[in-house]
Parts: sequence; structure tokens; C-alpha cells
Amino acid sequence: MTRQLKQFKYLTIRNFKLYFKDKMTFLISLITPLILLVLFIAFLKKSYEESVLAMLNGLEISTNLLNSFSGAWLFSSVLSTSCVTVAFCSGTMIIDKINKSDIDFLVSPVKKSLIKFSYVFSNLLSTMIVCLILLVIGLIYLAIVGFYMSFTDVILTIINIFISSLFATLLANIIWSFTSSQGIMSGICTLVSALYGFICGAYMPINTMGKTMQVFTSFLPMTYSTTIFRQTFLNGTIEKMKESIPEIIVNNIAKSFDVEYYFFDYKVDISIMFIIIISFCLILLILLILISKLRLKKK
Amino acid sequence: MEKIIQIQHLCKSFSNIKAVNDISFEVRKGELFAFLGVNGAGKSTTINILVGILEKDSGEIEIDGYNLNQIDKILPNIGIVFQSSILDSKLTVYDNLKYRALLYDLTKEEFEVNLKYLADKLEFSNLLKRSINQLSGGQKRKIDIARGLIHSPKILILDEPTTGLDPQTRKLVWSLVEEKIQKEKLTVILTTHYMEEANIANYVVIIDKGHIVAKGTPIELKNHYAYDYLKIYDYKKELIEILNREKMTYEIKSNYIEIRFKDTYLAKQFIVKNERYISDLEIIKGSMDDVFLNVTGKQLEKL
Repeated sequence: MTRQLKQFKYLTIRNFKLYFKDKMTFLISLITPLILLVLFIAFLKKSYEESVLAMLNGLEISTNLLNSFSGAWLFSSVLSTSCVTVAFCSGTMIIDKINKSDIDFLVSPVKKSLIKFSYVFSNLLSTMIVCLILLVIGLIYLAIVGFYMSFTDVILTIINIFISSLFATLLANIIWSFTSSQGIMSGICTLVSALYGFICGAYMPINTMGKTMQVFTSFLPMTYSTTIFRQTFLNGTIEKMKESIPEIIVNNIAKSFDVEYYFFDYKVDISIMFIIIISFCLILLILLILISKLRLKKK
Repeated sequence: MEKIIQIQHLCKSFSNIKAVNDISFEVRKGELFAFLGVNGAGKSTTINILVGILEKDSGEIEIDGYNLNQIDKILPNIGIVFQSSILDSKLTVYDNLKYRALLYDLTKEEFEVNLKYLADKLEFSNLLKRSINQLSGGQKRKIDIARGLIHSPKILILDEPTTGLDPQTRKLVWSLVEEKIQKEKLTVILTTHYMEEANIANYVVIIDKGHIVAKGTPIELKNHYAYDYLKIYDYKKELIEILNREKMTYEIKSNYIEIRFKDTYLAKQFIVKNERYISDLEIIKGSMDDVFLNVTGKQLEKL
């Protein structure tokens, strides 16, 4: 193992441990999934199911399928928001800047780019682990109430967790590059936790939002991440519904609940959605590298 | 002694403020070098330039044969103890030291050996499994110092290291530092505003408003900038008349007279001349406090 790889490994382990040992930070990053679970138990489940039943207009649907639909919708929401909120709240870079521990690494014989890369990597790893745990919980829940996901759907969900977490991690680390204030960090985390669920359509389908909001969200890359989660979680359920319910009604349900997504009138395919998010990841990566270089020169 | 750090005409400004203004000095290998100044004098700015945190505006710096463009060659040989703790409060003492030590070219075995040595010397073996936020201020400081030494650097920078330490811990720290200087020829750069610490240095540089205002060994500085004091505990009343007649600077304290002299030679001459009026006396060399006060016009903190 080369020296730099070793340094990268130890920096990453240190950052990783720091996040999981800080119970408060860990809890704060889990606050959105918890909010969603509470909302789901209190209102959303019933509300989703009533909407689906209203669209069926008296047609029969099994309880199993209905539970699977609402459960899959919930967990696609949970994962979509968690990829972002956990990434924002699990950043060690900002914690180090607040505590001034970053100076200690700056005077160590470690390349500055390696330090930055280890922050991003450990941030990504933490986010992935939390999201994968949530995925497992979701899969277990669906297995109990009604499981219709294929193996490909699960794999695509995992790939989407990775890409979405990477996007959010890069974005968070770009923002953290400009601040070392605890207040700003808490403010941004709170704002992201509170707002992101609405913007990405986690709490309510984008299709039910106003026209302006729908146009606005269609330009946000994370909208496509949410839609991919919707598709991978709900495709199986939708297909199963088509066996007993007319396709036109099922398609209408799929569209209303964002399982199908339209950019203006153009139906966006899952592969295009992946390309959009990956492209944005690349843009953010280039931005992060540029910002890091510029900020190092400014000393 | 071989020079390990050479600084020539170093300048650094922040906007219109000249934090470091044309300073030049050298540090020799195995020397305890004290950098003295009040807060904001330019000590920390200089240190931050030395370790590559800040960029210099102009001037030349050479550390262990490398210039600052080769900072990656310099940093493996430098250990720093910062003014405030930089340890990860949620991690254990062991993890804090391990994850920092292994960033240097240390094997796990070398780390364990160094850790045992430092833990024994600084008496923190019993704290290794505790997280930093469970430690007292003094215990944290010991770990900060161990962190600075864990990779056995050639140069140790101590930025006000003993602030807030109890006398026993301070003694432990200085005993370890002195042992390292003796056995390993460790070079120590100490920034402090505590005079007692500057007093044990081999060489002292006093900095004020970004300028070097005095430099030399403590004894050279005292001889040059400080007064000697003659304390006379038992004397005849005629002595007071002599002091008044010769318009000498003196002060009558509760049980002695304190007379100020420019140097020890003048004090000695006075004693010989007035021997019959004096029964019990002592000569006190001027302190580093006097030196600092005389060269900067400012008073430093005392321990």
C-alpha cells in the first residue's frame, strides 16, 4: 500500500469514527427519516391510500397491493431525502473547521487534496451506510406488507443511493468550503432537513404542486433522484396493479405519484435521469477541485 | 551548532497591517529557542508561515536544508503544539494519537513504541481508552504535547504550551522536552509570554509589532537590558544618607533596602566602598520581565 493510500485510509477511518461516535450529529442526520416515519404513521399512509382508492373509482385492489404502494412510496421518500440530509449533517470537514482541528492536518505531511478527498469519501461512506440501513428497513417492511420489487429494482436503488449521496456530499462539501461557522452549519442543516423533503416531492408528489413549483423542481437534479427511487420502489407494484386494474388508470396513478416523470411534455427515461445526476456530480466534482485550489492559493 | 532554521527579511501583511515586518533570525539544532512577545506581536504569524499555513509576502526561509517550496519535505520533521487543543473530543486518546501518528511514515509498531514512551513520561497511560471530552484541561494539554511528539520530529514548535497547566504537569512537560533536547538533539521553538519559560531558553528573540526588538541568550539580554538589584537586609543608617547624597535609585521595603544598578560591576563597587555600613546582602540579576519591559515598554504575564 503506498504512503498516500495509507494516509487516505487513516484519515477516512478517523472521519468515519468521528461521525458515528457523535451521537448528536448522528441523530440530527436521522431527523428527516424520523419525521417522515411519524408523518407516515399519522397522516400520509391514509392519505396516499385514499388518493389511490379515489383514482380507482370503486375498482377492487388488494390490501396487500395498497399497503405495498403506500409503503414503497414512503421508503422512496425516506431514501430520497436521507441521501441529502445525511450527507449535509455528517460532514466532518465543517466540524473540523469549527473545532480548528483542520489546522492539525494542514501541518501534517499529507497532500491537501487528499485531506479534502478523505472528507468527501468518509462523508459519502457515512451517508451510504445510513441510507443502506434505511433501505434494509424498507425492504423488510415491504416484505411484510407486500413485496413486488425485482432484483434489478433493488440494484438500481443501491446505485441511485450511491449517486444521490455522492451528489449531496459534493454539494455539502462545496458549501462547507466557504464557512467555518457553527451557526451557519446548523442553519443550513436545519434548512435542508426542513425544506428538502418538500422540494424533492418527498412529503407530497411533485405532480400535486403548483405549476411554477413543478417547473422549478424540474430543473433540480435531485428531483430525478427522487423519481428514480419512486420508479425502482414502485415499478413492481404498478406492474402488479396492471394485472387487475385497467392500464390507463394505473398509468394515471403512476403519473400522479411521480412514478412517471415529465420534463414539460417529455417523458424522462430512467437512464436519462441517471445521466443527469451523474453529469451534475461531475460538475460539482470539478467545482470542488477548483474551489479547493483557489482557496489554498488565497492564504 | 548547526543551523536548522534560517529566516531572512520575512514580511507578512494582512490588508494594511504589517503582522511580520522584516524579521531575520536563526535557530540552531538542539536548541531551545524562545520567541517572546505579547499577543498580536507576530509570533503565531511567523510560526504559521514556517509550517505552510500562511504564505509569506517576502523573505527567505530555510528549514533543515529545504525552502518553503519544499514544504512536503519539511512537515514530516515538524511537530506542533497549538495554543488551543486540536484533538477530536469524541475520540479516545489512543485513537487521536494513532490516526495522527500514522499520517507520518510510522509503522504501527513504531507508533506503539513512541506512544508507550510518551505515555510513561507524561503519565497518561491510564487515560488511553478515555475520550478527550472526559479529560481535564491539564490532561488534554498533555495529550496535545504527546501529539506533537508522537512521530519523533526534529523540530518541535510549542505555541504557548503550558498555558493553564498545573506546576506538576508543567514540570513533567519540561522534563520530557529537556530529555528530548539532550538525547535526540530536538530543536524546540517556544512561543510564550511567560518569562520563566523564556529564562530557560538557549536563545531568545523578542518581537513587538512585527519587528524584532531584541535577541540574544537570556544572560546577554539581561546584561544588556535589565538592571541588577542589591538587597541589603542589615545596614547602618548612614547608608541612607549616602544613597541620598549620591542620588541613587533605591526603595525602602519592609525589611530591606533595594538599590538599582545598571550592572553587577557597579553593585560590586558600591558594596566594596560601603562595606562598613552593610552586614547582610544579596545581588539579584535583572529578570527577563525587566528585559521585556525595557525593550518593548510592555509588561508580560507572570506564571
